[in-house]
Amino acid sequence: MRHVKPLPPHLAELVDETRAVATGFGLELFETIFEVVDYQRINEIAAFGGFPTRYPHWRFGMEYEQLSRSAEYGLSRIYEMVINNDPAYAYLLEGNSLVEQRTVVAHVFGHVDFFRNNYFFSHTDRKMVDRMANHATRVRRHIDRLGIERVEAFLDTCLSLDNLIDINAPGLRRPEARARDTSDGERVSVQKLPARDYMDRYINPPEYIAELEAQQRREAERRRAFPVHPQADVLGFLLEFAPLDAWERDLLGIVRDEATYFAPQAMTKIMNEGWATYWHARILTEKTLRGDEIIDFADAHSRVVATSPRKLNPYKLGLELWRDIQERWDRGMFGPEWDACDSLAERETWDRQLGEGMHKLFQVRRLYNDITFIDEFLTPDFVERQRLYTFGYDHRSRSWKISSREFDDIKRSLLDSLTNFGQPWIVVRDGNFRNRGELLLSHRFDGQPLDLNHARDVLQSLHRVWRRPVSLESLWQGKGRLFSFDGTQHADQAWDLAPLT
Amino acid sequence: MKIEQDHARFREIVRGRIRRDLRKHMANGELLGKQGDQVVRIPLPRIDIPRLRHGSEQQGGVGQGDGDPGDPAGAQPGDGNQPGKAGQAEGGKELELEVSIDELAEIMAQELELPRIEPRGSKQIKTVTTRYTGLRQTGPESLRNFKRTYKTALRRMIGSGEYNPHDPIVIPRREDRRYRSYRTDEQPVANAVIIYMMDVSGSMGDEQKEIVRIESFWIDTWLRTQYKGLESRYIIHDATAREVDRDTFFHTRESGGTMISSAYRRCVEIIDADYPDSEWNIYPFHFSDGDNWSVDDTVQCMHLLRDRILPRVNLFGYGQVESPYGSGQFIKDLQHHFATSDRVVLSEIASRERIYDSIRDFLGKGL
Repeated sequence: MRHVKPLPPHLAELVDETRAVATGFGLELFETIFEVVDYQRINEIAAFGGFPTRYPHWRFGMEYEQLSRSAEYGLSRIYEMVINNDPAYAYLLEGNSLVEQRTVVAHVFGHVDFFRNNYFFSHTDRKMVDRMANHATRVRRHIDRLGIERVEAFLDTCLSLDNLIDINAPGLRRPEARARDTSDGERVSVQKLPARDYMDRYINPPEYIAELEAQQRREAERRRAFPVHPQADVLGFLLEFAPLDAWERDLLGIVRDEATYFAPQAMTKIMNEGWATYWHARILTEKTLRGDEIIDFADAHSRVVATSPRKLNPYKLGLELWRDIQERWDRGMFGPEWDACDSLAERETWDRQLGEGMHKLFQVRRLYNDITFIDEFLTPDFVERQRLYTFGYDHRSRSWKISSREFDDIKRSLLDSLTNFGQPWIVVRDGNFRNRGELLLSHRFDGQPLDLNHARDVLQSLHRVWRRPVSLESLWQGKGRLFSFDGTQHADQAWDLAPLT
Repeated sequence: MKIEQDHARFREIVRGRIRRDLRKHMANGELLGKQGDQVVRIPLPRIDIPRLRHGSEQQGGVGQGDGDPGDPAGAQPGDGNQPGKAGQAEGGKELELEVSIDELAEIMAQELELPRIEPRGSKQIKTVTTRYTGLRQTGPESLRNFKRTYKTALRRMIGSGEYNPHDPIVIPRREDRRYRSYRTDEQPVANAVIIYMMDVSGSMGDEQKEIVRIESFWIDTWLRTQYKGLESRYIIHDATAREVDRDTFFHTRESGGTMISSAYRRCVEIIDADYPDSEWNIYPFHFSDGDNWSVDDTVQCMHLLRDRILPRVNLFGYGQVESPYGSGQFIKDLQHHFATSDRVVLSEIASRERIYDSIRDFLGKGL
């Protein structure tokens, strides 16, 4: 375990008090280690994605530059940071006022409870701090051996593929990419139903048997396909089948590990931030806030939940949804009777005295992610009350305009932006494309085209890993198109998009 | 901190990018518009890692607040003064990097292979700077160094056995007191003045002036790193010349004829009045479309240059921008008269893309 300087007594006391209150509310926490750091260090840690150490890479330096610049300009200040780990590590910014620290500590405990209990985090490595440190050591060793340029160039390559993971994979066992036995030779046998000769052509009609045979043949054909099923875990596929050197495989594995670790945080951003905000508000306003701190707390809290016209604040949206769920389950505002009721007055005073609110909250935080959360709990009433709208760019007036206040539009837009956490769906379709060992990826079109400039660069990265020509099929301007890179030049051609099996 | 290594690496990559695209940056007037005092902001497309992502067509999303469909949603891109990092998150705007003027000059020097300028020997004057670096035992109370005084007293008391850890009172005596003291450094300071002259006659269009503006920015940037005290003076001329401030220099448009000698005469006057060549490194730069009024005037120019200007300056730069109206004769005349003089640098700047080469011409001599 890392050595961390103990907290000054007044903060240690504050942490203990808050922890007692939090567990009293029913939060289940990991042991949480707080560390007081100055703003430079907190920027450094933030640049490292919350970790004390990462492998050497320039993008952390870029991140740091941007963070410290905006901190200098007073645009943004990092309030809280906590690592999903057991024990959890959290940071307190030196020089924050006591009430700010109190808020941060309560907020952090909200996150820790979420990390520990939400299903989507159950497969994350809870010793990630150690693992990140190991990654750093391994990468340093490669750098010592091979030089920074080579290692960094390959890391850049891997990183440009690091969103091509199967976010659901850690929780599932996907079928293997390559079938162990392809088929039983060429023999196709259809089990006929028992029948006497004269009845046979009625009980086992020849056309039907022929169709079954054809189906079996197709099945056998498909089992020879590689991968057998399209693979969403592109990185996993490359890791297993690309012709990599040992050090390259190691780096690719590191990048995949880390991307997989961070994925649940992207999948539960709204819930997680909302949950932490919900709990800091309750813990402080109901228990730990001192009388003279109320104004300062209100100030800090209102900054956290501030809204803006073109960017949804996940803290705010999450917080309000959690509160809404609590109220609805306390008052029993769901089910057929509720849906059938269209009297506004009745709705407003509706109360079935259910008192299930807290129970429901804890259940939801265990089982849902942002998509299912929004899908299930976003209601027309809520959208109306929160003044949500969709907006779009109006090319004629060259400005952003509110386009709709309809519930369905808003919900669809939200869900679209959350699907695969906003990333395009990419699968490995064929690892032996054109029967020449080329790689074919497929983009599952969901209404938004790919960014072509980026796509071309990514094809180059893929080629670097696969070492054979690579192609990507997608829908482009309504038609199928195949984008390829053969190691020296890019090409693209019209292409028939076959449905994915 | 561990991040320092990554940060240094990042800066290195940035410098590499700037160097690679320097020709483009140098042709780009936008860069100058954004210059602060000590830094310039350079837009860098795509230093980030490419990833498969949705097209960056302006997509929209879900927002929160008042208004009806059709109403504007929040501050618009053109409104300026946008809060926070909104710009970055939304349009996928390119990354902007701050680079200090010094760093930029350094990059330029490396890329253009500019030699360091050796200030002219006899022209060095010295300045005295005062720095508080040392300690002494006497001094005014306002300069007393409390920490060192305390330490000395503590040491003395422990040494003499007076110090009692259970009653840790330290009483400094007269001889314990320490005061900050200064040291004076004499440093040679090389001063330089750039005298910009520009033809603002009718034949000089906006694009030509823009080129001059960009050129002058890079000349400033480079010379500023070479000389501590750098001054700039600005002269505009058509048939007559007058000295103006920087802003006027770039924004004045006159009509009428061109008598270059008027500018050179004014230049000589300025040098006579303010910049004795024993103390100053002098850099006149003249930009014109090369269309002088008369042959007589050109002859006068050559005389002024040879007798009054060249003997006193480090370098005389003449940049000829191409305009649809000018004959471009003047550069040929200069070429004819001063082909052998290494203090005269002539450069033809046909378009913005040529700024890069022109700067190399001007500053590549190390004079």
